[in-house]
Amino acid sequence: MASNDTMRRNEKVVVTDLHKYFDKNEVLTGISHTVYEGEVVCVIGPSGSGKSTFLRCLNRLEEVTSGKIVIDGYDITDKKVNINKVRENIGMVFQQFNLFPNMTVKKNIMMAPVTLKKLSEADAEKKALELLKRVGLSEKSEAYPGELSGGQQQRVAIARALAMNPDIMLFDEPTSALDPEMVGEVLEVMKELAREGMTMVVVTHEMGFAREVADRVLFMADGIIMEEGTPEELFGSPKNERTQDFLKKVL
Amino acid sequence: MNFGRVLSEATPLLLEGLKLTIGVSLLAIAIGIVVGLVMCLMKMSRNVVLKAIAEVYIWVIRGTPMLVQAFIVFFGFPQLIQLMSPSFRLDAFTAGVITLSLNAGAYLAEIFRGGIMAIPKGQSEAARSLGLTKGQTMRKVVLPQALKISIPALVNQFIISIKDTSILSVIGLAELVNKAKTYVGKSYEFFATYIFVALFYLIIISVLMIVSSRIEKKLQYEEKKGHHHGK
Repeated sequence: MASNDTMRRNEKVVVTDLHKYFDKNEVLTGISHTVYEGEVVCVIGPSGSGKSTFLRCLNRLEEVTSGKIVIDGYDITDKKVNINKVRENIGMVFQQFNLFPNMTVKKNIMMAPVTLKKLSEADAEKKALELLKRVGLSEKSEAYPGELSGGQQQRVAIARALAMNPDIMLFDEPTSALDPEMVGEVLEVMKELAREGMTMVVVTHEMGFAREVADRVLFMADGIIMEEGTPEELFGSPKNERTQDFLKKVL
Repeated sequence: MNFGRVLSEATPLLLEGLKLTIGVSLLAIAIGIVVGLVMCLMKMSRNVVLKAIAEVYIWVIRGTPMLVQAFIVFFGFPQLIQLMSPSFRLDAFTAGVITLSLNAGAYLAEIFRGGIMAIPKGQSEAARSLGLTKGQTMRKVVLPQALKISIPALVNQFIISIKDTSILSVIGLAELVNKAKTYVGKSYEFFATYIFVALFYLIIISVLMIVSSRIEKKLQYEEKKGHHHGK
């Protein structure tokens, strides 16, 4: 959305020939893709296609077997690169929210900036309250995650990821664990982020969201990117048979 | 069988022993928590040497009776150390605390390990994705939750440790049973004395059990509050 071909485009994520094995099972069979600054990339595909694994490789929650992933110029497959520093700039939102159940909403958001000494306790609190306002949950700052609905929890999880001021956000099926009536509120926050120019990689089953928000859509199957294009191209006139097949089932 | 006589004669003695019983077990459980935590983290670490040390420690303690451990600590080790420094002495109190802490530490290590493994992987993944190191993730996110769910088992270990202090009477630690034995030796009031001893244990352990069930209830409540609503 925010990408503009007339502007010089900065490469944020450059993936080259990524392979990933779980034991003898090859889940990613050679992925190459570049995500540019401010771009929203949606990854779609049938379950078991390796979408989530691909996403989790981007902040090395999964160790890659071979290939290269360069984030903001740092090759994160290089063991000498401090992955923790790189991760500070990559926010991640999980399907199961993964909020810390023993901390209040506010503390969930403050924890990383304070622990990593990015912000003082007071500044982190200020930031947390700002972020909560942004995701529409100002009144929940003292609540515990268990007291919130799934949609609210996921919005807090987004706020938590934003607290580190990341310039890339990864979303791993952020609405798949939600009751249908709560999907909208989470997508709304994500759309807002996209509008603000955040670089985003979103693994999703929400085709409406992909069509509306994505700059590029990747269709994955069998551990590779089978087809990619703008939403118009991919949803309007898919070329690959597997893509056509998949879209027929989900649309 | 004169309960009245035992009550008046033995109570001061038994209370003195009880004090030591409580003191030794409190000290031992405190040290045991530290030992257990360190051993648990060592056992879970990827460092083969640390892992092996922790595994051998837990294996030896769990695989031998505490009575034998007490003998080794109190009689065995001093003999070994005296080869190098002949003036070395180890009193029953120190030996008792060492034995009981090492014993509790091994069981607590396993309790803590269970607690850590019960924390969903998503918790540490969330922390790591924010840029926290492994150590920070453990300290800030995993351990607080793991220790909390370990509390009931920890209290249970505390109860076991209190009862196990009685074993330390054999190395001459003047705890409850030891004191009772001394009194019985003079008075021959076996029945009444040992009934009193049993009652003393029963009382302090009941207090602990009540505390423990309160904690458990509170935890259950908080767990409900902290439960994920997601499908």
